[in-house]
Amino acid sequence: MKRIYANEDACIGCRLCELYCQVEHSQSRDILRAFKRERALPPPRIRIHQAAESFVAVQCQHCPEPPCVYACLTGALRKDPVSSVVTLDSERCVGCWTCVMVCPFSAITPSLAEDVIVKCDLCPELDVPACVAGCPNRALLLLDDTKETGQTPAAVAAGERI
Amino acid sequence: MGRTDALRTRYLIVGNSAGGIGAAEAIRDADRTGPITVLSEEPYPAYSRPLISEYLSGQRSLREMLLREPAFYTENGIDCLLGRKAVRLDVEDRSLELADGTSIGWERLLLATGGRPIVPKVKGIDKKGVFTFTTLDDAKAMRAQVPPGSTVVVIGGGLIGVSVSQALTRRGNSVVLVELMDRVLSAALDKRASRLVEKRLRDAGIVVITGHAVEEIVGTNGNDQRVAAVILNDGRRIECRAVVAAIGVLPRTELVAGTTLRMNRGIVVDRHMATSCPDVYACGDAAEAYDFLRGEDRLTPIWPNAYMGGRIAGYNMAGLRVAYDGTTNMNSFNYFHLAVVSAGIVDPPSGSPCRVIQTPPAKSGPYRRVVLQDNRVVGMVFVGDIQSSGIVLGLMKERVDVRGFQRALVSDGLSLASLPAGLRRTLLARPAPATV
Repeated sequence: MKRIYANEDACIGCRLCELYCQVEHSQSRDILRAFKRERALPPPRIRIHQAAESFVAVQCQHCPEPPCVYACLTGALRKDPVSSVVTLDSERCVGCWTCVMVCPFSAITPSLAEDVIVKCDLCPELDVPACVAGCPNRALLLLDDTKETGQTPAAVAAGERI
Repeated sequence: MGRTDALRTRYLIVGNSAGGIGAAEAIRDADRTGPITVLSEEPYPAYSRPLISEYLSGQRSLREMLLREPAFYTENGIDCLLGRKAVRLDVEDRSLELADGTSIGWERLLLATGGRPIVPKVKGIDKKGVFTFTTLDDAKAMRAQVPPGSTVVVIGGGLIGVSVSQALTRRGNSVVLVELMDRVLSAALDKRASRLVEKRLRDAGIVVITGHAVEEIVGTNGNDQRVAAVILNDGRRIECRAVVAAIGVLPRTELVAGTTLRMNRGIVVDRHMATSCPDVYACGDAAEAYDFLRGEDRLTPIWPNAYMGGRIAGYNMAGLRVAYDGTTNMNSFNYFHLAVVSAGIVDPPSGSPCRVIQTPPAKSGPYRRVVLQDNRVVGMVFVGDIQSSGIVLGLMKERVDVRGFQRALVSDGLSLASLPAGLRRTLLARPAPATV
């Protein structure tokens, strides 16, 4: 399963990851057009968490046991059985904010005006997500966490059949 | 029983909402082939119950409310009995009898029967035009019988009452919301948050009357006994076309009556969602659940608890021993674009050992409140800016000692960077990754 690891020792809080994320999810996917001409630029799906001298880039961790998916009232969030990516079907999202409440990473952004959430999709059309490719410090790493491939409590507990 | 079972199944799930679906998905995760039967009194595939508000307001159709893709049942080999009502459970014989006389034999049973709306004992409550609001059929009935533009009185300012008020307003009805307590959402919010929600409701055109009760529902003069008005306990008369009774729900446990299943306020289960009878499980609004904050079992009729309880039940029904880490009361609201999150003990009684920290009073801007006990978060309310509320709920669930950074929990800039480095790194790090 792929996921992004943020190395906070290498993060200087430049926010380029946020910017590249916005461009990738804009209509034109062109930095100049996106920022100069597009009226509603989407909020970034990765956010720099900052306090004093600490910076860390945080996005959806695509948890093996995703509380947001389990709490979703509508079925808009699901864990893709093949890719293990936590995916959002925006059409089914009504902005109830239950997932925002249960995400311990604060990685789901409520778009208050549109009654819909925004979250990291790991850039399905790219080999390397835009934030990772754009980070000048290699503070964001794309990992393949083989130990977690499709692992559920079922698999974990399989050795303990009653 | 001298009768042959008409049907037999390995896993019988009574209820086709959050809990039932959670269980079916977990069972299929652990057992690819064991026959699963889902039974529902309602004639619809699983739909998102909270979305009946959007159905009422005309924003969403049933197809747009479905909890899973239409192919869900067939793809997962789930036998679905819709529009069928269970009437008698025999736990010794391991059978369930339906209203049409069919008997279903089961090896493992889940009771995910949900809740039933409480109908207040008010004079005239049996008039035509009085509704409850917990099912799609309730929403359909209201759409068919309540003309847009007419006035509706909603009894109860809890979650359901406020949701139906919003839906009716969006549909073009005039809404009068009557709440017995001195404020709306009093079970979920503290006073200040209640006031913020009330202001938003009033700004949207809803008449909010708190501290009063409906004493009588008055009918029309003719013989049809339709709702014409309500009379409040201060004598005020409000002309209206319909009344919605939304004062709460109770566990639906008729099937348990006459069995040896242990009951308290709801069906009693252990951390594996197992009842006191072998191979019988229960979850959701029908059952009690472990509250991680209070360290005891209680009714927690919220969607995430129903789904998770069902999921845990499903794993255990399929033979895996998985324990539920529990839940607590938590709610998120979006009323006329005002975002609200609350969880745990939000309004500690005076004299309690709890300590409250909150944003200073202000006319506008976000409101945040965190309740602490022994340096642990035991309650929270976020209004207006809820982005970081999940961090606080996470600290609450993990019982993290927040000494040294508690002020940050109600500050504008709350983020994972506000947490001590060690705690943050533990949270963000997962084991042994290999770079692609």
